[in-house]
Amino acid sequence: MDDIETAKAILVIGSNTTECHPIIGLRIKKAVMQNDCKLIVAEPKHIRLCYYADKWLQLKPGTDVALINGMMNVMVEEGLADDPFINDRCECDRYDELKAMLKDYTPEKVSEITGVPADDIREAARTFANADNAAIIYAMGITQHTTGTDNVMTLANLAMMTGNIGKPGTGVNPLRGQNNVQGACDVGALPNVLTGYKPVTDPETREKFEKAWGVKLPEEPGLTATEMMSAAAEGKIKAMYIVGENPMLSDANLHHAEKALKNLDFLVVEDIFLTETAQLADVVLPAASFAEKEGTFSATDRRVQRVRKALDAPGEARPDNEIVADLAKRMGYEMANVEPAAVMDEIASLTPQYGGISHARLDALPDGERLHWPCPDADHPGTPILHTEVFTRGKGWFAPAEWQAPAEQPDKEYPLTLTTGRVLWQYHTGTMTRKSDGINEIDPHGHVWISPDDAEKYGVENGKKAVVTTRRGDIDIEAMVTERVPNGVIFIPFHYVESAANILTNDVVDPVSKVPEFKVSAAKVKAK
Amino acid sequence: MEQIKVEIDGLACEAPKGSTILDIARANGIDIPTLCYDPRLSPYGACRLCLVEVEGARALLPACCAKADDGMVIQTTNEKLERIRKTLVELLVSDHPMECQGCSKSGRCELQRLADKYGITESSFTGEVHEYDLHRENPFVMRDYNKCIMCGRCIRICREVQGVGVYDFVNRGFKAVPGTPYDRPMQETPCEFCGQCISTCPTGAIKARPYEDFGRVAALDMLRNACAYFKMPEEDMMKALGLESWVTRTTCAYCGCGCQLDIHVIDNKIVEITSPVMVGSGQGNLCVKGRFGYDFVSSSERLTRPLIKKKGKFEEAEWDEALSLVAKKLGDTKKKSGPDSIGVLSSARATNEDNYLIQKFARAVIGTNNVDHCARL
Ligand code: SF4
Ligand code: SF4
Ligand code: SF4
Ligand code: FES
Repeated sequence: MDDIETAKAILVIGSNTTECHPIIGLRIKKAVMQNDCKLIVAEPKHIRLCYYADKWLQLKPGTDVALINGMMNVMVEEGLADDPFINDRCECDRYDELKAMLKDYTPEKVSEITGVPADDIREAARTFANADNAAIIYAMGITQHTTGTDNVMTLANLAMMTGNIGKPGTGVNPLRGQNNVQGACDVGALPNVLTGYKPVTDPETREKFEKAWGVKLPEEPGLTATEMMSAAAEGKIKAMYIVGENPMLSDANLHHAEKALKNLDFLVVEDIFLTETAQLADVVLPAASFAEKEGTFSATDRRVQRVRKALDAPGEARPDNEIVADLAKRMGYEMANVEPAAVMDEIASLTPQYGGISHARLDALPDGERLHWPCPDADHPGTPILHTEVFTRGKGWFAPAEWQAPAEQPDKEYPLTLTTGRVLWQYHTGTMTRKSDGINEIDPHGHVWISPDDAEKYGVENGKKAVVTTRRGDIDIEAMVTERVPNGVIFIPFHYVESAANILTNDVVDPVSKVPEFKVSAAKVKAK
Repeated sequence: MEQIKVEIDGLACEAPKGSTILDIARANGIDIPTLCYDPRLSPYGACRLCLVEVEGARALLPACCAKADDGMVIQTTNEKLERIRKTLVELLVSDHPMECQGCSKSGRCELQRLADKYGITESSFTGEVHEYDLHRENPFVMRDYNKCIMCGRCIRICREVQGVGVYDFVNRGFKAVPGTPYDRPMQETPCEFCGQCISTCPTGAIKARPYEDFGRVAALDMLRNACAYFKMPEEDMMKALGLESWVTRTTCAYCGCGCQLDIHVIDNKIVEITSPVMVGSGQGNLCVKGRFGYDFVSSSERLTRPLIKKKGKFEEAEWDEALSLVAKKLGDTKKKSGPDSIGVLSSARATNEDNYLIQKFARAVIGTNNVDHCARL
């Protein structure tokens, strides 16, 4: 991410970067203000980054694939693709297939789907393709759709087509929602893979871990978080152990999550607060916060950094590692040394990408230096930029993806499109930020954003309560009449318990990644 | 990159072409006093404290702006330079209320350090002193223009780094201060409360209000006063008192930017959060959550004892009882309905080590791959 500043063009899509990833937002602003970088923002609502943008493509929610395909269509038509890069580094027949598909995505047709003027699509395509190096930055606005996987592949197509991979100031850069999503995935907190993304179905991988752990390991991939909720509702999952999560606010379709958790025979929650989820538990275990323990986080750019103990946990709260080890022991399994430094050594011994990472090495790094995985051994300097020479799979693989309409379309009864997201002041389900007096003073409660025209049409007044309804439920929430959302679209941040947006959202998931479609649901609104 | 050679105070130094004299001096451990300089900002050249003498040059050059040329011979200190610096500091002190005891910047204040260095207590110039009201209309940033030395760092960082531009110099002459448009409260400007202006202000003119107004700790006040009284910077004072550093370097737990935080803790309470300049993703810059969002750690609502629900109500329990119960319930479920009837959710906010142990627990202890975290949510 450090090299973002050197980009000559940046496409930000589905990411309200200045509010959700403020420091990366600073780097983008710096590129624009001091490095003459052209910024293209593709986003339905007006975000702060639009002030810095050369072009704001105000697309309708859920039309990202169409927009990017449209930009690529222009590049092919006008001969702007990076043919040498494609011939050298990518599978050419795949490229031909992509080109064939793109024929249908003329700027005019795409304009109809997305609501973005055709000429703006053309200009954005030219700006992006003509820049020496151009980067794509995306976040959950891209992944939280039923077509999330297609969205990401389409962005990869765009980057490869323009040769913007594997050098400074380029690439497809995902910004993850929470601080350690990257790390949680790296170390195998996923149902289908062990550490380092090794599939649980692979016998060799299992054998390696079985030897290290001294047990037989299950062979079939497990359930994702969303699937676990459904399985719990159906009575197939009977007990759950939830550590530091608050699915009661973060899950799409909250009523469903509540029903699922209540249906469990036994629920144990380990957290720092009595969250909405913990309130449903049979046993609640008090945990230490990040400031009260040792460890590491892996940032969104794969940089591994130390977490250090600054103070003691309150009362009898204990760090997660101790709790888990204690529990394992009581269930008849002895976890060797669970001191965080020793655990990192164990991770390193089982995970080639982390092979050269240890607490001692991280502690010895001089100020300002950093270590990114892959880092296979103690002498390896780490890898700040991936794919410089070859792609992980050999040649670059274009994966053409057609645009598909979001699962839920507005109709007569629910004429508006509801999207959800974050605001600068708050974080995720608010368990932490909403305990800050200062933040609460500046941002005391949530709003539904609605355009002046729609407000008038549905009789909603600025600062007054409104009722927002979808097929899943309704909430009361104060209205904010603003031109920052276009007509036909309303926006609700999801941080607030008393007006939880996720009561409204759709839990239909992307067939591959299983991410629920938070970003788009059909809704209606009226004054309360 | 092309290298150049220069001599600074008799020391031969090498540096990439385009470096300023200040860059090279600091890289070689030579200290040149500065006030309007911050490595995060483009050079400004207003305070003149960094003037140095370059052999053959007609005038003294500000080291923070002047690019070094190959073969330059530079003096950063001599009687003349020190005399100029002393006069400059005296002028600044002349309209500055030197009430360092009681100021929460004491021990870290750049002006205080310079005043001490040049032995200035009260200025020989008896200037007119300002009497501005304190601005504490918002919960995060408080401003005390009586202590402003007009270095412009707050204005520049807000503009250059944050890209917002809340402040500009308002009024003229003696009454000039870096104010908000029409003196509006900051929450009525586009301010994002990132606190970058707090982090750069060299004096006590801009401070973090949560710690200043609500987080005052007697031990910290004593330290600040001692620094003022004995004219010692904070680090030296701590050493002299044989105290360990109360600052812990860690990584922000809010978003994936991974900013580096320095958490200042006294009496097991977070008293302030800063970020090391030019280190990590943020280079010393943070956002409102990283800088101000950590009250939760010491919240009275934190869970402090295990809870067991009995007849629909939580009751406090001993760890032993709670864990035995969990082990038994999970064990029974596993026996009765198989390991895949249990689900484990870890957290995208937990450390790598904890996540690793939790998935190991699911797989090796329970025997299921039903383990996930909320990356998808
Ligand atoms: S807090 Fe940030 S945005 Fe507000 S004035 Fe200071 S630097 Fe500018
Ligand atoms: S408020 Fe601080 S940073 Fe701003 S001009 Fe005054 S002394 Fe400099
Ligand atoms: S300080 Fe703000 S931008 Fe930096 S990691 Fe924390 S939440 Fe993210
Ligand atoms: S630091 Fe060089 S002029 Fe102020």
